[in-house]
Amino acid sequence: MSQIVLDKLKARFAGAVLETHSRFGNETASVKPESLLELMRFLKEELGFEMLMDLCGVDHFPEQPRFEVVYHLKSMSRGWRVRVKARVPEACPELDSVVSVWKGANWYERECLEFYGIRFKGHPDLRPLLLYPEFEGFPLRKDYPHKKRQPLAPLLKPESR
Amino acid sequence: MIKLSDTTKDLHTRYLSVMLGPSHPAMHGTIRMNLALDGETLIDIDVDPGYLHRGFEKECEDHTWNQCVTYTDRLNYVSSIINNVAYVMAVEKLLGIDSKIPERALWLRMILSEVSRVTDHLTCLAGLCMETGGFTAFLYFVKAREYLYEVLENVTGARVTYSWTRIGGVRWDAPAGFESQLRDAIKKVRPVLKDVHGLFDKNRIFLERTVKVGVISKETAIAYGITGPFLRSTGFSYDVRKAHPYLFYQDVDFEVPVGVNGDNYDRYWVRMLEMEQSLRIIEQALVKLPGGPVMIDDPRFKFPDKEKVYGSIEGVINHLKLVFEDVNVPAGEVYSYVESPNGELGFYLISKGGNKPWKLRVHPPCFPIMQSLPEILKGHMLADIIPTFGGVNMIGGEMDR
Repeated sequence: MSQIVLDKLKARFAGAVLETHSRFGNETASVKPESLLELMRFLKEELGFEMLMDLCGVDHFPEQPRFEVVYHLKSMSRGWRVRVKARVPEACPELDSVVSVWKGANWYERECLEFYGIRFKGHPDLRPLLLYPEFEGFPLRKDYPHKKRQPLAPLLKPESR
Repeated sequence: MIKLSDTTKDLHTRYLSVMLGPSHPAMHGTIRMNLALDGETLIDIDVDPGYLHRGFEKECEDHTWNQCVTYTDRLNYVSSIINNVAYVMAVEKLLGIDSKIPERALWLRMILSEVSRVTDHLTCLAGLCMETGGFTAFLYFVKAREYLYEVLENVTGARVTYSWTRIGGVRWDAPAGFESQLRDAIKKVRPVLKDVHGLFDKNRIFLERTVKVGVISKETAIAYGITGPFLRSTGFSYDVRKAHPYLFYQDVDFEVPVGVNGDNYDRYWVRMLEMEQSLRIIEQALVKLPGGPVMIDDPRFKFPDKEKVYGSIEGVINHLKLVFEDVNVPAGEVYSYVESPNGELGFYLISKGGNKPWKLRVHPPCFPIMQSLPEILKGHMLADIIPTFGGVNMIGGEMDR
């Protein structure tokens, strides 16, 4: 449906677009993290993607580079949709913030930092959003144990109830 | 917009900082707002969600695909069916069986989605009306919601958390008498809507609390990624059911109501009209509802009949495979979205093969709206938070996951 977006991206950023596909009607472009911000500006300003629908992190452990940030964009004026993905390595999980392009990215990036530990350069306010400030570790990473608990107050013992 | 009172200069007073919530009667859904007040004027707002965070995504990664349906119930718990439907639609897309689902199952999903949409709007507006001083409307709406809950309970067996859809169809067919019961319920809901229109549309108290309060412009709403009634109240007509039809929305006739000013009153108005459109959709769908099975005829997804389980080795194997292993989904990624009562509800799934999701991301529609609240409310009065927040219809389960 939005194949034209991928064609335009490939024509403009030949070296930065690593891979594209359109499975299940979701046009997808994997891009190099260094050129992400420039590419996003292009998508918004020249192709009319006014809306950042969703932003989330993914942990591809044990693949390398390990982390991936996935952006779902929507153009209201043209009805296009595109998914942009950028991989960041575990050693330096850093990516440019897109808050300057879409205001709505603010909370999504805060959420991504607290759950995956991916830092966003140029973000105005990187406090934790959903978790409490004392929380240690990054819970959605695959190596964070599923059963681990970090209570701030001692849990009640079953017999004391 | 923001005018500082002169008293700060003369009297050396400070801004008052107030924590609104998390356990405040008007902060339904458990959320905290840290406010800086100059008198009663809001200088700064910091929204602090997360009190209902319960590790939805982490839990889903540890459960099989069908087990996750129960977790999706707890996202938006006033319209659980829509979450169920959105989730299984995404998984079915990933499996490539979305075109093989029996028609009756799809029509039933659509009818119950619309019933859920009405219950969601009823709940939201009941809260909004009550907090602006109209307790009568709250009672009327909750009464109307109960008629619809009874229908849902009759079909699914549960009152709030339905877990009614399955990958490949729905769990149960609607019972005998479902259609007449639903028609009766609609007959009882319509007069309630009319009553509330009469009570609130030109009510001076309600108008003063809502008109030109909490105004958001089209551009701001789009920049934040806001969809649903909040976006439509600004006059921008975007509804997933029209823009990217799914289920059978292209086969029924309905309109997308839009507002003009993007204020609280328009959001009330859009939701009121949307309920009427949903009732219209239900009536048309009931006429078109076909007969037939409600589950795909494929042993990978459907439990075999009990005679087969007890009488044939194949039946036993299929049954045990489904119980112990559940559905296996091939590797891939998909983003699937539906129109939920608050806006676009998206599921982004990644499978690496096997019976558990690798990543199950939900895009909650009230998340971007809550993010825009500081910008909408700065410079307004403290009391304006209440109707604006009420009109957002923030659902803690969906917001905090």
